[in-house]
Amino acid sequence: MSMFKIFDVAGSGMAAQSLRLNTVASNLANADSVSGSADTAYRAREPLFATVQRSVSGGKAEEGTQGVQVLGITESQAAVESRYEPGNPIADADGYVYASNVNPVDELVNMISASRSYQNNVEVMNSTRQLMQKTLDLGK
Amino acid sequence: MSQINDNLFGMHTQALGTWQKRAETIAGNLANADTPGYLARDVDFRKALADASSSDKLALSSTNANHIDPSSLTTANLAYRVPMQPTMDGNTVDTQVEQANFAANSVHYQASLSFITAQIRMLRTAITGGQG
Repeated sequence: MSMFKIFDVAGSGMAAQSLRLNTVASNLANADSVSGSADTAYRAREPLFATVQRSVSGGKAEEGTQGVQVLGITESQAAVESRYEPGNPIADADGYVYASNVNPVDELVNMISASRSYQNNVEVMNSTRQLMQKTLDLGK
Repeated sequence: MSQINDNLFGMHTQALGTWQKRAETIAGNLANADTPGYLARDVDFRKALADASSSDKLALSSTNANHIDPSSLTTANLAYRVPMQPTMDGNTVDTQVEQANFAANSVHYQASLSFITAQIRMLRTAITGGQG
C-alpha cells in the first residue's frame, strides 16, 4: 500500500510548519531585545522551504509524492533600529542601543498561516488513516 | 491472481490504485502550500485509468538488465494545475481547491471500495447459498 507515503508527505509538511512556528515564537520573544552594537542586534529569522522529491529508490523516479524540506534559516537584512539611550547599561560609546528588526505584524501573519497549514496537513493524515482503515476492512 | 481480480471487480482495482496516486499528489500539494515556486500537480484520471486498464500496450523488449522499464516512469499522467490567482512567490497551490479535491477523491476511493465489497458479498452469498 503506497498510501503510507501520504503520511511521509504530510509529516514533512507538519515538521516544516512547526519549525516556522518556532522561528515566529523566537522572533516575537526577541521583538524588544536590544544590543550594544548593530552587528549583534537580533535579526528576524525565517525558514526557507523547498520541495523534496521523496523515495527515489531502485531507479524508479516516483513523481507526485513531494514533501517539504527546510533548506535553512535566513536572517532578515532589514536595517536595525538605533535608539539614543545613554542611560542604558549596554549602550555603546556614543550612547546608542540597537533594537531588533522584528516586525510583529509580519510575525502574526506568519503564525496564522503556519498554524492553518499545519492543520491542513493533520486533516490530510486523518482522512488517509480513515481510508486505510476502510481498506483493511474490505470484504467484511 | 490478477486475471481473477480483473474479472471479479472490473475496473475498480485499477481505479483504487489511481485514486490512491491522486490522493498522494494532492497531499504533496497541500504540504507544499507555502513553498516558494512550487507548481501544483494533479493526476489526469481518465488517462491514468485508460493506461492502467489497457492490456494491448506494446512492451519494449529489454535486452540488458540495466534497461529502464518505461512503465515505471509515471510522470506522463501528472499534469500541472492552472492557477486561478497567481502569487508573488510563484506558488500555484490554492489550498481550498486542493482540500475540495482531496475530499472528493476520498469519496471516490470509498465508492470503489464499496463496489469491491458488494462484489465480495455477492460471491459469499453464491458460495453459501444465502445461509452465511
